Formats: sequence, structure tokens, C-alpha cells
Amino acid sequence: MRQIFFLAQAEVLHIVRDRILLAQTLIVPMVQLLVLSNAATFEIRNTPIQIIDFDRSAASRGVVNHLAANGYFDIVDTTPSLARANERLLDGSITMAVVIPHDFEVSLVKTGVAPVELSVNGEKGSSAGIVQSYATSVLINYAKSLSAGRVLSDPASRPAQIEIRTRSRYNATQNYKFYMVPGILVALMTIIGSLLSAQNIAREKELGTLEQLNVTPITRGQFIIAKLLPFWVLGLIELALGLLIGKLVFGIPMVGSIPLLFGVAAVYLAVAVGIGLWVSAMVETQQQAMFVTFFIVNIYLLMSGLFTPIDSMAPWVQSVTLVNPVRHFVTISRAILMKGAGPAEIAQPFLILLGTAVFVLIVAVNQYRKRAA
Amino acid sequence: MSDIAIEVKDLTRKFGNFTAVDHVTFQVKAGEVFGFLGANGAGKTTAFRMLIGLLQPTGGSARVAGFDVAKQAEEVKRRIGYMSQRFSLYEDLTPRENIRLYGGIYGLTLAQIRERADAMLQRLGASQIADTAVRSLPLGWRQKLAFSVALVHQPHIVFLDEPTSGVDPITRRQFWELIYDAASRGTTVLVTTHYMDEAEYCDRISIMVAGRIAAMGPPADLKREHNVESIDELFVQLARPAA
Amino acid sequence: MSALRGLLRKEWFHIKRDRRTATVLVMLPVVQVLLFGYAIRTDVDNVRLAVVDPAPSNTTLALRNRFAAAGVFRIVASVPRTEDLEPLFQNGTAQQAIVFDHDFTEDLGRGTPAQLLIITDATEPNTGALLQAYAQAVIQQYQLALPASPARPASIIVPVTRIRFNPTRESKNLFVPGLMAFVLTIISALMTAISLTREKETGTMEALLVSPLRPWEIIVGKVTPYLAIGFASVLLVLVEARLVFNVPVRGSIPLLLFEGLLYVLVSLAFGMLISSRTSSQRIAMMGVFLTTLLPNILLSGFIFPLESMPAILRWISYVIPGRWFVAIARGIMLKGIGLEYLWRETLYIAGLATVLLAASIRSFHERLE
Repeated sequence: MRQIFFLAQAEVLHIVRDRILLAQTLIVPMVQLLVLSNAATFEIRNTPIQIIDFDRSAASRGVVNHLAANGYFDIVDTTPSLARANERLLDGSITMAVVIPHDFEVSLVKTGVAPVELSVNGEKGSSAGIVQSYATSVLINYAKSLSAGRVLSDPASRPAQIEIRTRSRYNATQNYKFYMVPGILVALMTIIGSLLSAQNIAREKELGTLEQLNVTPITRGQFIIAKLLPFWVLGLIELALGLLIGKLVFGIPMVGSIPLLFGVAAVYLAVAVGIGLWVSAMVETQQQAMFVTFFIVNIYLLMSGLFTPIDSMAPWVQSVTLVNPVRHFVTISRAILMKGAGPAEIAQPFLILLGTAVFVLIVAVNQYRKRAA
Repeated sequence: MSDIAIEVKDLTRKFGNFTAVDHVTFQVKAGEVFGFLGANGAGKTTAFRMLIGLLQPTGGSARVAGFDVAKQAEEVKRRIGYMSQRFSLYEDLTPRENIRLYGGIYGLTLAQIRERADAMLQRLGASQIADTAVRSLPLGWRQKLAFSVALVHQPHIVFLDEPTSGVDPITRRQFWELIYDAASRGTTVLVTTHYMDEAEYCDRISIMVAGRIAAMGPPADLKREHNVESIDELFVQLARPAA
Repeated sequence: MSALRGLLRKEWFHIKRDRRTATVLVMLPVVQVLLFGYAIRTDVDNVRLAVVDPAPSNTTLALRNRFAAAGVFRIVASVPRTEDLEPLFQNGTAQQAIVFDHDFTEDLGRGTPAQLLIITDATEPNTGALLQAYAQAVIQQYQLALPASPARPASIIVPVTRIRFNPTRESKNLFVPGLMAFVLTIISALMTAISLTREKETGTMEALLVSPLRPWEIIVGKVTPYLAIGFASVLLVLVEARLVFNVPVRGSIPLLLFEGLLYVLVSLAFGMLISSRTSSQRIAMMGVFLTTLLPNILLSGFIFPLESMPAILRWISYVIPGRWFVAIARGIMLKGIGLEYLWRETLYIAGLATVLLAASIRSFHERLE
């Protein structure tokens, strides 16, 4: 046990002595958290659109006014030219073109039904879908307001109606930051933890200091634990700092138990750092360590549900993500922070994490050889 | 434990078809300063690495400090110190921190570490640089410090792999004084070197050629037997056919 | 010039000798795009729906069947009370729930508005909003088909929607070009950053610096082999996008390849600059990862639309080369446009490459003095 303390202490000194590394591990990630959390959003505001109003009637102006008034859209062009709209869709300066045909008002009055064409720039991905559904709902509301203005013919013939009420749980204000801040925090913890640990042993191999340790009686278990501890603590410090920023700057909700979150984080970090050490014990050079880690960290992040929902992934990929520790930790931290989940609700992913931690540490210890075969 | 510190019998190491160390047999008595000579690639580093438990032998046996290196490597490691040809202290730590780290790994108490660190630094005359990062110290100092660190747990045997390469003559002389000092206190010393004048300082030497021991004995005896003026001459004579 | 040729030959031998590493470097982007092409999607289907039906009847069952038949929903649980939903939401078993009022059937028969509650897990607001819209659509369709009378407000505006450039709205068409940019940046930047700092650490850089080679020749010698590796990756990734993911390439392929080459050059130059400013591999690697990984996911428009970001972040995104390449790749592949629309982006990437290369040559000069 004493051996672990001394080796871990030296490891802490290595980190603290290197000013640039210290800045890279503590300050840069926090700045990124502050800045990047604002980037990850699908919220639609001021989407640039063009309106091509061929009708120029009271009804068509009503459409334009409703689209202009709701704050989602920014009408940047009203030139009644389809060619121009096409041009703008191609160069990306508008996301949607709204075409109101010539007989819009006439048709609406005579038949009660009138078409409006929405040309959405599909290149914009998810926002295209949202823009389209917003525009549709604006049009439907406008149609309703037109109907309400008329005298209803016969109240008796009113159709049976279902009154739909909706409730958005856990993120009632639909604040994307509430969702992303914990996610980005987890991403940063993971990047730092696995990178530092992955280059660690490989670096000592290159410097020759590992050989010196290998002729000491330190056991493989002691060695791995001593290497793990400093990065583990560092990760927890980052989590604490990040949560503080999340609370103070972004006002993210913390519905559930924070000690519980730290408990899970402790297990998770053992996995993240353990995998880094495993890689590091396996490879010969820092270069190899980096490419392997690059591969792993990418999979970690892009297949974790951090940025895009797990539910949208191809079914076989969804099964693959079950072995991704980041997926489980992201799920748990969002569940605890936003939904107030307790131990019972997170039991399953937690047990997977715990199992992975034990497995990874055993493999890392076995991978580390004090003697060449 | 007997007064035999190292007992090697038919020790062999193959890498594929290549035999780096070929049935090497020798003994080193406790308290001896034993020199390990050989051209680059003669197999001395491979032999060394097997004796300190960094490399598994493929044949033969070796007992170091009474333990079998093939089966009880960790027991061996408790009783030996090692200093590699590459500088292997942590450069971003101070001498005192390096001593503390290795002292701790070998299970010394904090009080023991402090006491030995002070004594060591004093003996080296290095008290004033005790808290300077190793990185900024000259090579000579670093090598002397590395040697001291290898002795921090007072091992039975210390293995020195080309400890003086790249060091100026004055520091080399000081270094050998440290070696004698350790030997006089009962530590067995195994040292490899390319400096033939250093070979003369050893109680006994062995010269390896192509994985085998070509000559072994006290330097004076060897010179007499082979009828040469210096170890340098002997070395060239033995090594030439292989080269 | 002959010295430069010598250096080029030396770099090429390094790569050839270490064939395994070269293969890994070329294949890494290919494998990652393959993997992430199936992972990075935002299509919403297979919604896990829970039902709270306190008084089941033919009516409620009919509506439940509507949901089951809609293709998007999968009913995962049916619980008697609203309170029972909480754990289902918390552990993720359910994403959405429909809650029938106790008197739902009676109210509907009587003509009084029947109450129906849709609860959606909006932890991720985007998916939340989509799910809500889907559920409402299902109920509205059911309502239209109710026997009493067709529910028709007096005026209806029918939105006819055309999704341009990606009519099927498959997210892979968007994300595969984005992924190309993302994966290529990091691998290219890492390649040069590591190769250079490694030479510094092992001391071979000193040898190059005291040779008659001029700094720009060293840079060219270092970049060219990796440019070849990067270009090989671009080719393979494109073939993959076309054959495996069926992403259309509507524009000019030579133009796309040229842009790809330019983009790899920018990323390599970025790696160079980082390594010329740092002395240890450890710092260089951390530097590359921190400056490329998250910014390229978050600020390139690859996943999150740039339009939604605050103005400051849009400005920051101007220095992220990925941002420009994502626009170029999507433009050429999906919209089939050429330089007449993309000259600005192209010029920008070319400019960035020049600046970065010049800066790294400069910092080599500084080392010499």
C-alpha cells in the first residue's frame, strides 16, 4: 500500500510541475465547457427564409405576417422569383422558401382549402425538419384564426373532439444547454482521463524510467493503481469544477443526488483511465498510444448518445454501444441531474459500469509486464 | 545465505534463431566488484537483463541473492539495485523527490528515507542541489545521483549498466570511488563498461564474445595468462575473430 | 533541391518500412466513417411509448392500435396510474406516454371534449419536440376518421412540403460528408504533430536543422508523404460513402477530390504549427485533441446547425477549417454545386493553409536563430 502512495505522489508531481499540461488538463477544458455548451443546440431562432408571394392578397399577407411575428423566422427576401429562391437555397443563404400561389385567397374563400409550398433546404439536417414543423404549425394556427372569425354554421354538427394536452418532462423550458452541459462535461473528462493515462506508460517506456521501476519489487497491481489514482482524482476535480460552472453560469438543474453522481463518476473514471492504461501498457510508443486512443475516444464520444440519440442509431450499432462506458455514464448523469433518478433507476447501467471497471482493471494489470517473455 | 551472491549456470537466451547469450556460466562472490566486458552486441546487456529479472531466460539457470531469476524474479528485485545505461531518474523531480520515490517503493519508512537521503546527499556533497530539478543538473551529477538512488534500499547486489558512458574522466574517477565505497560496505557490484581502464579497477572481469564468456578472472591473472600488456589489448585480441 | 528530394525519399522510406502504420493511418478514417455512418443519425423511429389507460374500452384500444400501427411507435408498457410512469421515464424504458382520462370514452361519446395527455421526455428538446408532433399527428388522424362527422374547420391551409437536396431526409446523407471532414482533420493533424515532436524528442530534428535544408524544404518534406496518405484516405472514404451508404455525389468528383486534398493540407499544416510550438509529444497530442476533437464536432455544423448558435460562436467557427469543408462536401455531394457557389469556402481553406504553413515555417526560423 505504501508503494502506491509514493508512486502516486510522484505522478502528481509530474502533472503539477508541467505548467502547460496543467493548463491543458484544467483550464482549457473549462473554457471549452463554457464556450461549446452554447454551440450544441438545435433550437431554431431567426431562421432565414424567403417568401415568394404571387397572390399579394389580404390572406397571403396574413400568412407573411404570421410567419414574421413568431420569432422563429427572419424574412430576408420577398422577391417574388422562384429562380432567385432556388439560387438562395443553393448558396445556403436561406433555409426555407415559402411559395404562396396566385389563387391562394380565391381558393381559400371558395373551397376552404388552399395550398402553400414550403421548400426546405434539406442540407440543414435536423433543423430542416424542425423548421418545417414550425412553419406548418404557424400555417395551421393562422387557418384556425381565420375559421374562428367566421360564424360557425351549426353548433350541433360540431364533431366529437379530443382535447390534447401536452407536457414536456424534465426540460420544460426546452433548454438545450441543460441537456448538453452534462454531456460535454463527460466528454471532456473522458478525453483528458484517457489521453493522459494512455500516453503515460508509453512515455515512461520511451524515457527509460519504466525499466527502473520494473527492477523494483513493486507489484503490477500496485503499479496500475498508483498510475490510476492521480488521473482518477483529476477527473473528479474536473467534474466538480464543471458542475460548478454548469450551476453558476448555465443554471443547469440538479434534481437528483450529487453524491450519487460522484459515486458513479468514481466508478466510471476507473473505467476510462483503466482503458487508457491498458492501451499504454500494450503499445511501445506514444505515437501508437495516440492513434489507438484516437480511435477509442472517437467511438466513445460519437457512439455514446452525447450528440445524437442512441435511439436513432442502426440497431446493430445500438447493441455495440452497450459496451461503451461513456454511453452509460452519460445516461446516468442526465438521469440523475435532470430527472432526479435514484439508485434503483440507474442500477442497470451502473452495474454494467462496475463490471466493466473490474474487467478493465484486471486486463490492464495483466497487460502490464515487468519482464519480457 | 552463502557468500556466493550470483550463481549462473548455462544461462541461455535465444531470439528466434539468434542466440544472444549462449550457455554462460559464472559465479560472483559477495562483496566482489565484477566487471562485465564485451563489444556491442556481444550479449552482455541481454545477460544483465536476465539477471535483474527484466527478461525471461530460455535455458539454464541463474540464482541472484539466493533466488532463481526465472521463478522468483520479484524476490530477486527486493535484494538488488539497478542503474541503466539510459539515464533513468525522473527529470522533472528533484534528487530528494527521486530518493523519496524509490525509497518508498522499496518499503522504507518516511523517517528512514529522510535519514538516508540526507546521508547520501552529504556523502555526494550534493546538499545544495537537493531541491533542484534533476533536468537542470550536469550529466556527472545525475549519474552519481542515479547510483545513490539504486542503493537507497541497501541492496545485496547492485547492477550497473555502463554507468559512466559519456562522463568526463574526473567524474568517472569519483564514480569509481563510490563503487568501492559501496563494495567496502559489503555490496556486491556487477558493472558493464566500455572503458578498459575501468576494467582494471574490478576484482574480476569476464569478457563476452558472441554470447559466450571468452575469458574470466582477475585482470592481473588474465593479462599474465594471455601474455598482454593491458586489458585493452586482451579485449581486441579476443574480440577480433568475432568482428 | 536535391537535398529536398533526399528528405522526401527519407520520409517515404520511413512510411514504407513501417507499412503497418501507413495502412492503419489510411484505414483509420475509412473504418471510423463506416462505424459512425451507422451511428450518427437523428432519424426518430421506434419510439418507446407507455400507455396509461384507467378504463380500457373499444375506443381507447382503437387509438392505442393507431399508435402501434403508425410504424414509429412501440408500446413498451401499459400501467394503470400516471404515477407509475415516473420510474419508466427515469430509467429510460419509456420516452413518451399517452394518458387517457378516466372518462375518455364517455366524454367522446357525449361530444364533450375528451381529455388526453401526452407526456414526452424532453431531456433532449429536439427529439422531444419531434415526438410530440408525431403523437399529435396520430391523434389528429384518428379524430378525422371518427364516425360522428369529419372534423373540419372552416378554412384549411395545406402545406405542401418539398425537402430540397435530401428529399428522403435520411440523416446519413448529411452526416457522412460531415464525418469525412471530422475524421480527416484529426488524423491528419495528429500525423504531422506527432511525427515532428517525435523527431524533436529523439534529437533527429537537430540534425535536420543543421543540414543545408531550408525551413520550407523541411516542412514540404515532412508534409508531402502525409498528404499522400491523407489523399488515399479521402479517396477511400468517398468510395465508401458512395457504395456503402449510397450518398449521392451530384457535383463534380474531381472538384471534390481537389477540395479534399486542400483540406487535408490545412489539417496537416495545423498539426505542424502545434508541433513547432511544443517540445514534447505529450503536450502536442493533448493540444491537437483539445483543439480539434470537440470544436470539430460542435462548431463545424457537422451535427449542430450553425444558424442556431450565438453570433460569437459563429464567428469562432470561422477559424474551424471543418466548418468550410462540411459546407463544401455537402454542397458538392448533395446539391451538385460547383466553384461558382463554393469559391468563398475554397478560397478560405486555401488562405488558411497558406497562413498555417507560413506560420510553421516562421517558427522553424525562430528555432534556428
